[in-house]
Formats: sequence, structure tokens, C-alpha cells
Amino acid sequence: MKHLDKLENRSVHILREAYSEFEQLGMLWSIGKDSTVMLWLARKAFFGHVPFPLIHVDTNFKIPEMIEYRDKLALKWGLDMVYGQNAKALESKQTFPDGNTSRLNCCRNLKTLALKNTLNGNWPRYRLNHEKGEYEVEEKPESFTGVIVGVRADEEGSRSKERYFSPRNRSNDWAVANQPPEFWDQYKTDFAPGTHVRIHPLLDWTELDIWEYIAREKIAMVSLYYNRGKGTRYRSLGCYPCTNPVESEAKTNEEIVAELKTGKFSNIAERSGREQDKEDGGGLEQLRRDGYM
Amino acid sequence: MNDKVKKDMNITIVGHVDHGKSTIIGRMLVDTGSLPEGKLEQVKETCRRNSKPFEYAFLLDALKDEQAQGITIDTARCFFKTEQRDYIILDAPGHIEFLKNMVTGASRAEAGFLVIDAKEGIQENSRRHGYMLSMLGIKQISVLVNKMDLVDYSKEVFTKIRKEFTKFLNDIKVKPKSFLPVSGMEGDNIASSSPNLSWYKGKTVLEQLDAFKAEKFPENKAFRMPVQGVYKFTKGGDDRRIVSGTITSGRIKQGDEVIFYPSGKKSRVETIEAFNRKNPKMVKVGQATGFILDKQIYIKRGDIATLANQEPPKVTSRIKTNIFWLGQKPMEMNKDYLFKLGTAKIRVRLESIIRVIDASDLSNSEKDQINRHDVAECILKLERAAAFDLTTEIAETSRFVLVDDYEISGGGIVDGALPDQQSWVRKQVYLRNTKWQKSVITSRQRAEKYNQKACLILVTGQPDVGKKPLAKFLEKKLFDDGKIVYFLGMGNLLYGVDADLKNNKDEENPNNKQEHIRRLAEVSNIMLDAGAILIVTAIGLEQEDVNLIETSVDHDNILCVWLGKNVTTDIKYDLHLPAALDHQHAANQIKYMLQKRNLIFTP
Repeated sequence: MKHLDKLENRSVHILREAYSEFEQLGMLWSIGKDSTVMLWLARKAFFGHVPFPLIHVDTNFKIPEMIEYRDKLALKWGLDMVYGQNAKALESKQTFPDGNTSRLNCCRNLKTLALKNTLNGNWPRYRLNHEKGEYEVEEKPESFTGVIVGVRADEEGSRSKERYFSPRNRSNDWAVANQPPEFWDQYKTDFAPGTHVRIHPLLDWTELDIWEYIAREKIAMVSLYYNRGKGTRYRSLGCYPCTNPVESEAKTNEEIVAELKTGKFSNIAERSGREQDKEDGGGLEQLRRDGYM
Repeated sequence: MNDKVKKDMNITIVGHVDHGKSTIIGRMLVDTGSLPEGKLEQVKETCRRNSKPFEYAFLLDALKDEQAQGITIDTARCFFKTEQRDYIILDAPGHIEFLKNMVTGASRAEAGFLVIDAKEGIQENSRRHGYMLSMLGIKQISVLVNKMDLVDYSKEVFTKIRKEFTKFLNDIKVKPKSFLPVSGMEGDNIASSSPNLSWYKGKTVLEQLDAFKAEKFPENKAFRMPVQGVYKFTKGGDDRRIVSGTITSGRIKQGDEVIFYPSGKKSRVETIEAFNRKNPKMVKVGQATGFILDKQIYIKRGDIATLANQEPPKVTSRIKTNIFWLGQKPMEMNKDYLFKLGTAKIRVRLESIIRVIDASDLSNSEKDQINRHDVAECILKLERAAAFDLTTEIAETSRFVLVDDYEISGGGIVDGALPDQQSWVRKQVYLRNTKWQKSVITSRQRAEKYNQKACLILVTGQPDVGKKPLAKFLEKKLFDDGKIVYFLGMGNLLYGVDADLKNNKDEENPNNKQEHIRRLAEVSNIMLDAGAILIVTAIGLEQEDVNLIETSVDHDNILCVWLGKNVTTDIKYDLHLPAALDHQHAANQIKYMLQKRNLIFTP
């Protein structure tokens, strides 16, 4: 079996296990290439359907094309689209672009806290009404017990320690040193009340795998990933104040694959354009323990 | 050149704590040029700042608290490539507390390196990990005798370890591929051979890696697909009912006749479904797939799909197994655990322990519990029958895990199917299902016509608590509601269907009671197939009796009602009603249960 087929089959298997075992299941969709591939894999797993909501944490500082792409796809593919945000921090301007906090603190406010309170239903969630084409406040949002997340083991040190099914305790903590065993395609699907499980179908994929798969399946990514004439493109997407494009001529999926394989990026870390990673040696890891993706 | 089919392989590196696994991995990453630019310098810089000597192991210890403890605590994945393949190393840690992480890493590997410190020699975990690798089904094992620099690259030391460990491995029927002398710290014999080991003429670590053979998927074995789910997503007018799962062995084609176990139900593959590609005519092992059946039969998650013309799986509720236990608390008798095999999840108890093997020296001992990190041969009793294969036949469907208190706490392989009380009936039922002439009217059509789903309501309890009056009242009530319902007392069968049997109190024929029940179940099965709601009364049913009925009738459509203050048998009832309750009230409760389970519609 070919490498990409192996990866695809395993991811589909994991998504189906998650769907069978978790009643309150949702998938985080950051609009980036990884979680968009994951969304595509869900359509594979469920034969064109996506039988659970997609959750987006909107920091309000996302590059505008991302939101546009999100809503276009949600309507086209009939997705149950939900988003949440940290309204309070945005209102009181406790953000890095407003000049009131560090980059890492801004991530904590707009991503980690927003995510946590969107998942547990403590803060308002907005759900796409397909007939009207607009978002409405969700009535009685319930807490998710299973959350599908598109992290990859090769992205960065701490992620290489993850499980496919990774439990989080009541306060969202990740007990790195005490993770459940996972073998023979049997996963942690039994969990105590109040805890939840993160599900990672893309753990074995690399950045190159992702792009080779996008090219093979002809999945239309958000245009920011491609050079649109200025000789730059984004390699990793985030909020515009903290994400820089890289210099690249790649205009198509195939050109990106070629660039990753042989070109100048083959030895440069993918998140090198993400400024928050540079603030503190273990910053990202601390964020992850607190629930950041 | 880039169009060449990419091959990849998962490997694991196991061994006792501090025997140098991470150092070997770090060295391999550096020597194959697999680290991102600047990563090595970054780690060296961190070491300088912390006034620690640089070690390759630090490359893997990406997490802060790990570096504090100085041991690798989890399965890290690293990627690197040689000319031949892409490798994923599942770095399995060696500290005894972390065996569950080692299992996690090793279970996904196609080949394994077992690292032994030349200076310290063979340790407890060297043996334990060797044993575990073989239980996890890893057939390609190569032993790395590391830290050769600390023993002056002595051939004698190497030979002694090789002899001793070969004997141990042979005792557990493992044939190692090779023994390699190496030094992770100095880089001897990792990527290139070393003048320090001039007496050694064998492979380097990288050469051994490339010499491992890619694991062959069991494509030529009998077809098995544990059912993950039966999907019917109606959005956009989709009316497909797709039986989906990942094929664990064999292959299946459009048009093939399939049998689902443990129920033994039969149908045929109409089409194999797919998304964003043409429907395939054939799918095989490793593929996550789904198909539509030409006849609608009731299948559910946990069933195993097989082919009618191939060897069937074993089906029973008593199994002989080899297990390893990882739980903090020991595995004990008289305690419920969850057994997960394929997609089936069944409550299980430890029936008896045949022997507990100390994995580190293979000595046996008799124990009444299985402690953490023990390996044991034991008999498990499942609450209901499972479908599986023996490990000698199809390994994939012989593997299971045990869950204790939400946690996967053990794993094992089935090496024997033992008869249980239902074995004789099951055989009969499979034959019945194979020979059964199916009506052109489906059970779904009947359910739509009658506004109800067929089900069996077993009303049981002590004698004289009013089972029959209640059952008759309930029958009338449902009848008046327009339901197709029938009351059948156990006694109604005794003098007709059971006329050739002696009564069930005959001590010399303990099987008679079972035969009475089997016949009741067969009659019930016919009534349910006809779409009826059947109410049966019987005295003091035990769980084994219910299991027997479930062998003939789908257990999802059986509801047990215990009538009377005290439940005097081990039956797992769905509803418990005190005898004093008036009929109206009691019947309402049963009706409510039927509504809640969507067997009849809620008005």
C-alpha cells in the first residue's frame, strides 16, 4: 500500500472510531491546510457527509481571506459550522495588536481561553444558519466530550508525544507524563464524567504528506498558501499581526510539493513564520498544556 | 526520481533504562542529516546555558520536564530517511514505570531494535521488552549491544551477551535477525563501520534497518472486517445504508456473499462505496471501506464481517488467552472489566489464572491475581459471545485490550476458544441462518406497516408474583393501541412444542431446561421475524438462560422485566417492577420503556 493511502486509511479509521464512541463530538477547523485536509478525510470516512459540527476559534485578527474561505466551504459542503471567541478580551483590548499584552498572552486570551470556553459551552457559540447564510447564537451550547484536532507529530517537539486519543482532565490539562497506552488500533474511548478526549487523526502526517495529499485529491486550499504574483506565500496560517509570509514562487500544489522536497524549505521549520514561538523557549509547550492546539 | 514509490517503515527501539536508546536515535538523526537546520545548534546551546554536557538524547527530549527527569517518558516519533526508505522511529522508553508507553510505540512497529548496555549487561527490562515485542507480534528483532566504547570494544563481552540473550530469545520462540556491536555516543557502527570494531564484519545499524523487510499485510488470509458503524446519512437525499470498517485481513469483491458474526447473519455485497473516486470492485486488507448489502439485515458495530466461502471465526464466551497487565491495580477475580476486540466491547471477568509468567526470567508462579507488568495465561469469561480468531490463524483478530476504570490496562491474544453453555445452540443457529429462506418483505417494511419494531419482552420473577396476569394485561393494552402483539406462557410450549422432553426438573437431564429454552427462543425468533411484539413469561430466569435466548434472537430486541421485590437470580434486567404494583401502572412502565427504545412510537 502506498504511503499516502496508509495515512489516509488510518485517519479515516480514527475518525470513524471517534464518531462511534463520542456523543458530543466536534472537529476544530482552523481553516489551515492540516485541518482542511482533516475535514476532507471526514468526508471520505462518512461518504461525503460530515456528521458533527466544525468549530472555529475566531480571534478577530485572522487574515480576512480565511473567514471568507471558511464560510464559502461551509455553505458548499453543508457543514454544521460553529465559532466562538473571547469577546471580553477583544472588547477590553487585551491583545497584542492593541499593544496591551505580549504575543504569548494574546494567544492565551484569544485562542486558549476562547477555545476552552467555546468547547465547554460557557461562552456563546455562533452557528451557521444555512438558509439565511448567517451565524446565530446557539441555544444551550453543550460541552464537547470528543474534540478532533489536526495536530501533526512532526510540527514541533511537544506534539511528537501525543496520542491519537488523548485525554484532558476537567481543567483541560494534558498530563504528558501519564498518558494512556494505545496499541492494536484500540484507543482511549472510555472517560470519566467531566473529562474530555482530544482526537488526532493526522498525528503521523508530515507537512510534505499534507501537500502531496492536497495535490493528489485536488483539494482547493485558501489562496493565501499560494504565490499570487508578489513572490510570497504563507506556509503556516494564523493571525495577521503574528504571521509572516515566506518568499516563494510556488503557485500550485505541485510547485509547493516540489519546493518542500528539494527547494529551500526542505530544512527550515514550518512554523518559522510564527512569531509567538520565538518569545520563550518552551512557550508553545506551555500553551499546549493549557489547551492550545 | 521523485516519482519512485515511497516506502516507509515504523521501527521501535526498546531496552532497559539508560542503556542508550535515545542516544542511538539522536546519532542516527545527525548521521543521516535528518535534523532541521539549526536544531542541533539550538540543543547544544541549551546545554551550554544549563551547564550540561551535550548528549544526543537531548534532541529527543523536547519537553521541559523530561529533561528534568533525565529519562524519555513517552513515545516520541522521529522521522528520517535512508536511500531506501522513510523511517518513523517510535522511541520507546525504558524506565519500568513506563511499560505502557513502550507498548504504545512497539505495537505499531514493523521491526524493533533492542538495546543492551555492554557494560551493564542483560537487565530485567532487556528480557521483558524482548518478551513484549514477541507478544505484540513484531517478528523482526535485532539486538544492539551499545556502549561498546565503555568495554574497550571487547569482542568477548559482545559474544557473551549475544550467547546469553540468544538463549533467552529462543526460549520464547523469537529468532533475532542479528546482534550488532555499537556505540551511540561515539557513533561506532551506526551509519558506517568503525575501525574500533575491526573484528566485526556484520551490518551497521543503518544497513540492518534497510535489510528489514516491509511487513506484509495479511492479504491472503480469510476476510475479516470489524464493523465500525452502519451509516445512513439522509442529508441531500442520500439513502445509502453503508456497512463500514477497516479490513484487517483478506479481501472482498462486489457480489461476494458475507456472513456477520457473532450473529451468523448472511447477505451479499451490492456495491463497495467510496468518496471522490469511482466505486471500487474489490478492496483489501488495510483499507478503511464501506459497502451496501443487497438484503437488509440487522448488523451493528462490534460484528465481524466475513466471507461465506471462507473459514468462519470462532464464536464463544470463554477464551484461553495470554495477557500482559499494565494497570496500577492488579487484575482480580470477581471484578468486571471491559474487553475490546476489533470494534466489539463486552464485559468480561477473569475465570481462572493458568499461570503467571515473570517476563524477565520466565519463571512461573501460581497467583490469584495478575499484577502490574505481569504476563499471564488465563481464561476469560465474556458476558456474551465474541467473534474472533486464534492467534495462530489470524493474529489481527485475536488481539484484544482490557479496560479497567476507563483506562486500557492490559492487552492480550486469544489462543484457545473454549466451549460455553451456548456452543451447542450456536452451531444450530448458524445452520438455521444459512438455510433460512428469506421473505421478500424486509423487517423494515414490516416495522413501517405495523408501526412497531419486533421485540421480545421476557417477564420473569419468583413463582406467584403475578407475571401471567400482568403479561395478559399488557398484551390487551398494546392490542388496544393497535399493536401486533402476542402473549406466550412458557407453559404453553411444554405440552406441545416440548412434548418429547421430560420436564425441566429432571436432575438426570440438566440439558432439558436448556432445550426448553432453546425451543422457546426458536419460536420467539419466528414470531419476531413476523414482526410481532412477543410477551413471554417464565419463572426465575438466570443470565445464562437469557444468553441462550440471545444466541437465537437478536439481543438488542430482548427486554427483561423482573417482577417482584427481590431479584433472586443474576439476571441483568432492563426493568425491575415491584409485585405490588397495579397492572395499569406496571404495563405503563413497560410501554414507556418500549417508547424510549424506539420500539413503538411515542405519540
